[in-house]
Amino acid sequence: MMYATIQFLNGLSYGLSLFLVAAGLSIIFGVLRVLNFAHGTFYMLGGYVAYEAVSRLGLANGGFWVAVAVSGLVLAALAAVIERLMLRKLYERDEIYQLLFTFALVLLISDVIRGLWGTQVLSISFPPELRGAQDVGLAFYPRYRLFLCLVGVAVAIGIWFVFQRTRWGRIIRAATQDREILGALGVNVPRVYLVVFSAGAALAGIGGALAAPALALKPGMDAEIIVECFIVVIIGGLGSLWGAFIGALLIGQLRSIGLYFVPEWEIVLVYLLMVAVLVFRPWGLLGKREGA
Amino acid sequence: MPRRHLLLAAAVVALLALLPLSGSTYLLYLFTQVLIFVLFATSLNLLIGYAGLVSFGHAAFFAIGGYGCAILLRSYGVPLLLAMPAALVMTAVFATLIGALCVRLTSYYFSMLTLAFGQLVWAVVFKWRSMTGGDDGFLRIVSPSWIDTPASFFLFTLVLVTLAMVALWIVAHSPLGRTLMAIRENQVRAGFLGVHTRRVQLVAFIIAGTFAGLAGALFALFNRSIFPDSAWWLQSAEVLIMVVLGGMNSFFGPAVGALTLILLGRLTLELTAFWPALLAIILIATLFFFPSGIAGLLKARGRR
Repeated sequence: MMYATIQFLNGLSYGLSLFLVAAGLSIIFGVLRVLNFAHGTFYMLGGYVAYEAVSRLGLANGGFWVAVAVSGLVLAALAAVIERLMLRKLYERDEIYQLLFTFALVLLISDVIRGLWGTQVLSISFPPELRGAQDVGLAFYPRYRLFLCLVGVAVAIGIWFVFQRTRWGRIIRAATQDREILGALGVNVPRVYLVVFSAGAALAGIGGALAAPALALKPGMDAEIIVECFIVVIIGGLGSLWGAFIGALLIGQLRSIGLYFVPEWEIVLVYLLMVAVLVFRPWGLLGKREGA
Repeated sequence: MPRRHLLLAAAVVALLALLPLSGSTYLLYLFTQVLIFVLFATSLNLLIGYAGLVSFGHAAFFAIGGYGCAILLRSYGVPLLLAMPAALVMTAVFATLIGALCVRLTSYYFSMLTLAFGQLVWAVVFKWRSMTGGDDGFLRIVSPSWIDTPASFFLFTLVLVTLAMVALWIVAHSPLGRTLMAIRENQVRAGFLGVHTRRVQLVAFIIAGTFAGLAGALFALFNRSIFPDSAWWLQSAEVLIMVVLGGMNSFFGPAVGALTLILLGRLTLELTAFWPALLAIILIATLFFFPSGIAGLLKARGRR
């Protein structure tokens, strides 16, 4: 029972931190209609920026939290520059060009990371406030991972609140419906795009920074996370926030079950789930069926 | 116009057939590699250029063909003339399975799924140590004695690649190629015209995958070894950039792209450490400044 609890919590914390990244991917797609291949690379860069900040500031006295905030800001600024100077010029073109452009970003940013931080595995220690284990009734569990679970839930509720209850959320939802009408109503649509792209990137950066203490930073982690994010949105339904939430939780649990029964091959279970969804519900568990 | 291209292509093949006379092992090795990637890139362009489907996992089939042929040859002692066709059949079977899942929905799904399945193939190759040798690679692949020298292997590659290119040219200019373009332009309308759009795309996917498998098999024989990197997404990216750089709106564009990129790789050996960044910059420059690639530039000059 104790072991099952720990496995369940491992899956939960992994799934919820995956959600942070997949949510940004899904929202960006919903609004901009751009499938951002570089989203996993934003996540990776967030982790490395946090590593750099922590190694300068130290972990104590809130240094870790400053590092997380710095990651979010750096990624938001970088994404804003990319959107404003380059991506914006491609909206009018065929979708192939947007796909290829974000893919080029993956190559470029991951190589820059390799140049700056090398190829050895790096990691951050747990922040002092969240070291140690917490008694959760059936087992002791690392405090930091419990904290990751809380962040995931808080972000999900936060996004929901912004989308459903604020003016900005209404504008973003309108942008997913019809950008031309929205522009005709006097909303600055290009600015909406800029804000959404940069907020999504910030979310990925923060996700990477928060995940850094729980896993190792290494080259190739961007490909791993973007593939899992794709699987999350395919299972949940592309463009659906709650779909991404459910998809991420399912993958988290499946991975931790897989680690127990078929170690090394747990990823195959995740693919099998995706294939099952594609065969029986190709538009995803919560996605909308599109014409054609 | 296309006829002139074909004559030019025939002349290039004839010239290449004379290459062994030069006696330069370096040139033979270089052009064997170029030929293999010409085939690999052209097979991918059937999807990108004709069907408008961007595959980020085409290397999966390159690797399946390569490992399939290599494992049959070395681990099971199957003769080459049997191992190679068997490897192609294997690649076609995998392309059918993966393709059937990838062409179900929109082109966004296609791109996500090809990347995901490409990484799955890489993971299987990487972890199935007993069969593939894992990250140590699959080494000591022995070719039969009749293609054992640089010259004979080059000619063997030239013949196979030429035949494969002719086959791809016929496919691209057949009703199938035209139908693919119709679906690319308007899937709904093509559907109304009675085209089974998914099935046509699947057939294209299988053809493209199988020819990538042939390129992979040749590549494994050429290097006498094959590594999991051949399935990694960076390999898919490289061939993708060959297609875009050469020109995805033209049949021979990707061939030009493959030649350019390989020569560029040779010329910038001191920059090899930054190869992915260099690839990215080439890709971005192509997208923004000459989206129809080198072939597009040549065509524009011809018109002027």
